[in-house]
Amino acid sequence: MTVGRTLAEKVWDDHIVVKGTDGAPDLLYIDLHLIHEVTSPQAFDGLRMAGRPVRRPDLTIATEDHNTPTLNITKQIADPVSRIQIETLRRNCEEFGVRLHPLGDIEQGIVHVVGPQLGLTMPGITVVCGDSHTSTHGAFGAIAFGIGTSEVEHVLATQTLPLKPFKTMAVTVDGALRDGVTAKDIILAVIAKIGTGGGQGYVIEYRGSAIRALSMEGRMTICNMSIEAGARAGMVAPDQTTYDYLKGKPHAPKGEDWDAALAYWQTLPTDDDAVFDAEVLLDASELEPFVTWGTNPGQGVLLSDAIPEPESFDDPNEQASARRALEYMDLAPGTRMKDIRVDAVFMGSCTNSRIEDLRAFASVIKGKKKADGVRVMVVPGSARVRLEAEAEGIDKIVEEFGAEWRFAGCSMCLGMNPDQLAPGERCASTSNRNFEGRQGKGGRTHLVSPLVAAATAVRGTLSGPWDLEEAR
Amino acid sequence: MEKLTVVEGIAVPLERAQVDTDQIIPAEFLKRVTKTGFDDALFYAWRQDPDFVLNDPAFANPTVLIAGADFGTGSSREHAVWALRDYGFKAVISPRFGDIFRGNSGKQGLLAAQIAEDAVEKMWALIREQPGISASVDLVSKTVMLGTLTVPFQIDDYTRWRLLEGLDDIALTLRDESSITEFEKTRQSWRPLTLPAQ
Repeated sequence: MTVGRTLAEKVWDDHIVVKGTDGAPDLLYIDLHLIHEVTSPQAFDGLRMAGRPVRRPDLTIATEDHNTPTLNITKQIADPVSRIQIETLRRNCEEFGVRLHPLGDIEQGIVHVVGPQLGLTMPGITVVCGDSHTSTHGAFGAIAFGIGTSEVEHVLATQTLPLKPFKTMAVTVDGALRDGVTAKDIILAVIAKIGTGGGQGYVIEYRGSAIRALSMEGRMTICNMSIEAGARAGMVAPDQTTYDYLKGKPHAPKGEDWDAALAYWQTLPTDDDAVFDAEVLLDASELEPFVTWGTNPGQGVLLSDAIPEPESFDDPNEQASARRALEYMDLAPGTRMKDIRVDAVFMGSCTNSRIEDLRAFASVIKGKKKADGVRVMVVPGSARVRLEAEAEGIDKIVEEFGAEWRFAGCSMCLGMNPDQLAPGERCASTSNRNFEGRQGKGGRTHLVSPLVAAATAVRGTLSGPWDLEEAR
Repeated sequence: MEKLTVVEGIAVPLERAQVDTDQIIPAEFLKRVTKTGFDDALFYAWRQDPDFVLNDPAFANPTVLIAGADFGTGSSREHAVWALRDYGFKAVISPRFGDIFRGNSGKQGLLAAQIAEDAVEKMWALIREQPGISASVDLVSKTVMLGTLTVPFQIDDYTRWRLLEGLDDIALTLRDESSITEFEKTRQSWRPLTLPAQ
């Protein structure tokens, strides 16, 4: 009798070039390799020194996102170090024959927004990138994970990676989300539940009626933050929502290829008798907007709650982390989250910068003015998303609100470009990491959904869309 | 890569858990296009504090870092490994590592040794009594020795073998190049292509 397999196991098995024996890893074939300026220069150098070509430039694509400016993009990049890194990527792509979407190109943008919008990301494939948020692409039912620069070089040279299979974890989210509660709140709640190390060694499959009801954008938001739970990859089984999103995209299969692909994709969902190594359950109907108070993404609570006492955690290490985090965040236990005043709101990043995210943000701020003294920055995920939003008038809504409408890139998610918090500034951010100094030296980050970011920008204190309705 | 068997030198206690790679090296240092010279960037923000452990003269020129659980979580930046290596560290000990960090360490010859949480705390206590004491991390016997303590550590067998033999991953994979070529012949035409087929 054969035992059923999970989605992850099926995709993995179909990419094994050489099966590992005696404890050796499997050699796994990589269908799609995404490149950006920050983690690739040393990899191309390695190829050059060894005299190796890029084995499959036709499975490789590059864009510029991490340290590109989001203002004055037609001018020369002011920071010489950033400029050299961008120019290095351009030279490397030219020399090795890799397709590049540079700053100013319509397909430029955050690498995890660009792959799906081109239709390159699809079910049943393997995707890697020198960026931990590559887990985003798992929303399509792909195995997608971040790699280091040595592995970038390895994939460039061989189109494969030696890897031990991941363990499998099912995160099942059943029930219906209430209005005002989003995919971001689901994933923040999952991370708070299993911890930042809870997913280590696993690929997470997100399942259940609440996941099935999500759009592709919502599924990408969830898979994106799998790494924040320690899991290198997150996946959602493909379904009609996936196929509808993909069909007609520039690189999506066409004609007979589409039919063949679809027939294969429909075999991918986890078999009923498959067994996961771990299972986690969450009730979507109990969820409310979720926000972080600390300096790792697991340190979060409901927006309607207060900051917990460090002593309320069982683990002494977690207590120490909480005390340290509260000191860094300049917050006291017992403070109600809604009483926390912010200096800035960042709407963007590979977690929440797609068209649906921008629409959600705009729906809350439309016709309103931002709170005094709060700086609000809206950064679309890609040049194409920016254009799409402008066609819908979202740029006007943003500007009339008093917020800044920027060009595409990673921007203030990690502050590699000039978009940074000043020391001590506090930000409600739709990004993925609230680590110390992440958005600028001494900056303080609260991770939130686009709806919470918008309501916070209106009120100046951490708020949800429900708070605006009550104020009416 | 050089063969690695035993790492010996001053052990530094980093008495913190959940040290993410943004703390090991902040993003501003990732703009460089070189692979060396990152020692100044290691723990850059924390080193501004005079009381930070690396600023203690007892721990000058260290070799072994002993950290709390979940060391190297977050961003995939291999720069974190390069910065530790450039500073002089040859081994990092923790009860649990971020997956990508651990992989990156193995590629760069930085020994990531996983040991039990209570053993880490005992080591911290011992170093508090004898700051500047040396540790010896033996990859052959998979043990860490620190003063009177001898503690077994875990590392996956494949990484251990590669480190012991000093093997280059890409060269190893290219031994299977004919298998890769065979696999590519079976690749379905619906799978993504970024360029017109060659």
